[in-house]
Amino acid sequence: MRVSLFVTCLADQLWPSAAVGAVEVLRRLGCSVEFDERQTCCGQPAFNTGYRPAARALARRQIEIFESSAADAIVSPSGSCTAMVHHYDQLFDDASWRARARGVAERTYELSSFLVNRLGVEDVGATFSARLTWHDACHSLRDLGIKHEPRRLLRHVKGAELVELPPPGAEACCGFGGTFSVKYPEISVAILDEKVDVIERAGVDAVVSGDVSCLMQIAGRLSRRGSTVRALHIAEVLASRP
Amino acid sequence: MTFERDARTALADGQLRSALRHATTLFGERRRSALATVPDWEGARDRARAIKDETLEHLDRYLEEFAANAERAGACVHWARDAAEACDIIGGIAERRGARTVVKSKSMASEEIHLNAALARRGIEPVETDLGEYIVQLAGETPSHIVVPAIHKTRAQIAALFAEKLGIAPSDDVTTLAAAARQALRRRFAEADLGISGVNFAVAETGTILILENEGNARLTTSLPRTHVALMGIEKVIPRFADLEVFLKLLPRSGTGQVLTAYQSLITGTKRRLQDEGPEELHIVVLDNGRSRMLASPVTRQALACIRCGACLNACPVYRQIGGHAYGSVYPGPIGAVLSPQLFGLARSAALPYASTLCGACRDVCPVKIDIPALLLHLRAQVVAGRVGEPRSLERLAFRIYTAVMVRPRLFAWLMRAVRSLRIMPPLGAWTKWRDLRPLAPQSFRELWQAGLRDQRGPDA
Repeated sequence: MRVSLFVTCLADQLWPSAAVGAVEVLRRLGCSVEFDERQTCCGQPAFNTGYRPAARALARRQIEIFESSAADAIVSPSGSCTAMVHHYDQLFDDASWRARARGVAERTYELSSFLVNRLGVEDVGATFSARLTWHDACHSLRDLGIKHEPRRLLRHVKGAELVELPPPGAEACCGFGGTFSVKYPEISVAILDEKVDVIERAGVDAVVSGDVSCLMQIAGRLSRRGSTVRALHIAEVLASRP
Repeated sequence: MTFERDARTALADGQLRSALRHATTLFGERRRSALATVPDWEGARDRARAIKDETLEHLDRYLEEFAANAERAGACVHWARDAAEACDIIGGIAERRGARTVVKSKSMASEEIHLNAALARRGIEPVETDLGEYIVQLAGETPSHIVVPAIHKTRAQIAALFAEKLGIAPSDDVTTLAAAARQALRRRFAEADLGISGVNFAVAETGTILILENEGNARLTTSLPRTHVALMGIEKVIPRFADLEVFLKLLPRSGTGQVLTAYQSLITGTKRRLQDEGPEELHIVVLDNGRSRMLASPVTRQALACIRCGACLNACPVYRQIGGHAYGSVYPGPIGAVLSPQLFGLARSAALPYASTLCGACRDVCPVKIDIPALLLHLRAQVVAGRVGEPRSLERLAFRIYTAVMVRPRLFAWLMRAVRSLRIMPPLGAWTKWRDLRPLAPQSFRELWQAGLRDQRGPDA
C-alpha cells in the first residue's frame, strides 16, 4: 500500500523520532512511504485561535499538496492534526472546496487507526521492555473516536506492560489546548498537574501518546518536576526492535 | 483581563479547588452510573435534539401556542424583550399585589436579569429558598454553577457562615445545617405573599410549565403564596406533553446523576374553584434578552437547545480548576462561554471563548449534543475578525509571520535550520515558567528524510 506521510510541523521539528518511527513501522508492514516536502503546517493553530483566513490559506495548501499524491492513504503521527484535516470543510463556503476538503479528509488517518482499522494489524512486531501507560489525546479520542486502537497495538508489544491511569484517567485532558497553554498558563498547568500526578502514581516507566503536542506538555512538566517517567510517542514504541 | 485575574485568584484558593474537585468528580461519577440505566442513551440524545431543533425552527408558533393555552388555563403571560423589561414586569406585579415577603426558588433566568437587585430597589428583599442559593445569598455571593450554586463552598465554610448569619451553634453536621436552613426558610414561606420560580420546560400544547427540584422548596414557592411568577427564557418551550418523556430521562441524569429529581411540579394555570389549593394568580414572564439574536444565526442557534443541566461544567477541565466566578457571568463553564458573549455582548466576554482547551468533554456529555467546541471556535473567529476585546497586536503579528512562513516550505525549512544551529530560544516565558521546553531535535524529520531515510526500503517495498 502506498502511504503519503503527513508529518505535522511539530513532529517534523520537535519530535522527529515519532515520524521516523511511523515510517519504519509502515515500511515494516509492507507500505511504501512517500513524503512531500512542500508540506508545513495544517493551520490548526490559526484555526483554533480564530484566524480563519490564515487557516483557510494553509488548508488550501494542504489539500492541494495531498490531492497531488496518488497514495492510497495519508497517515499522520497526530490525532489532533488529523482531526484538523477532518474539520477543513467547515472553513469553506465554496462547495467545490468543501468537496475537495472532504476528499482529502477521507484519505487522512491517524497512525494507530490506520494500522488497526485500515491495515488490520495489531501486532507490528515491536519489542519494548517497559511498564507503559496511555494518554488519550482529546482530538484523537473525541473528534476521531480512537480509543481501542493504540491500546491494542501497545498490548501486542513484546516486553511491554500496559496499565490504565487511575482517575481522572487516560481520557482527562492534559491542559495543552494549543495557544491556551501560553494564554492561560496557570490554568493549563493546574490541569496538567492532575494528569502528571496520576501518571507518577501509576508507577510506570513511560507515558505514551499519539500527539506531540500533549507529549510536549506532559514531558515538560514531568521533567520540571524531576520525574523519571519518560514521555514517548506511540510510533517510537512501535518502531522499537530488540 | 478580568477572567485571567479571577482565574488566578481561584487557582490560589485551596478550599475552592478541593470543593470543586470533590463535587465535580462526584457528579461526573453519578452521571455515568445513571446513564447506564438508559438502554439507548445516544438515541435519547438524538430525539431530544431533534425536538429542540424543531421547536427552534418554529419558535414563534410554539410560543404563541403555549401562551394561548396557558392563558386559557388562567395564567397571565407577559413578554419581556430584555432584563429591564422583565424586572419591571415582575416588580410591577409585586407592587400591585402589595407583596412584602417574596420567596424564590432557583432560577438562572432571574440571576441573568439580576432580579434580586431590581426588587431590592423597590424595597422588596426576595429570599432564596434553594439551599445552595440560600447559602450563596447569605454569603452575599452569586451562584458559581448553574445547578449547584454553592459548589465552590466546603462544608466547613457553610458551617461558619450559618453560625454567623443564623446564629446557630457551630456544627459541620449536614443534617444540623440543613435543619437550620429549613427552620429559617419555613418561616419565610409561611409569610410569603409572592413566589418567584424558574421554568425547566413549557409545554405548548397544554400551556403547562414544569419545574424540577429536589428540596420541595420550588413546590412551596409555587403553591403557598397567593401569587406565583414564573420566569422563562423563550427557548424553554417544547411542542408536546409527550416530549417531556425524553427530557425527563436526560436532564436529571445529566445534571445530578439522578434517575429522577425528588419533585416534578407540573403547573397548568391557576386554581379553578375557591376550595382548590394554589395561588390565585399565575404570571408567566417570557424573556428574550438576546435569545432571538442567537436564534437568527444558523451557527449559534444550537446553543438555545441547552436545558441547563450543568454536565458540561462538571466535565470541563478548566471549570474544574477555576470554578464559576472567574467567568464573570451567571452562565459559567463551557456553555457559559458560548452563551455569555451572545447574550451579553462579545465585547464584555471576549476572553471566554478562549477559556477552553477544546478538549471536547463538554460536547460528549451534552444531553442535547450541542457542539460547544465548534461554537467556541466560531466565537473566537468573531473576536479576531471583529477586533473585539484586547488589541492582540502581538498575536496578529505572530499569525501574519506564521502564515507567511508556512506557505513557503523552503523558507520554513531554512528558518528552522537557522533557529536550530544558532540555538535561538523563543521568548516563551509563559511556557517555561512551569514547564521545560523540549529543545529542537538535532535534525528535523525533513533533514533526516533527505539524508537517507527516503532511500531506505521496507522489507517488501
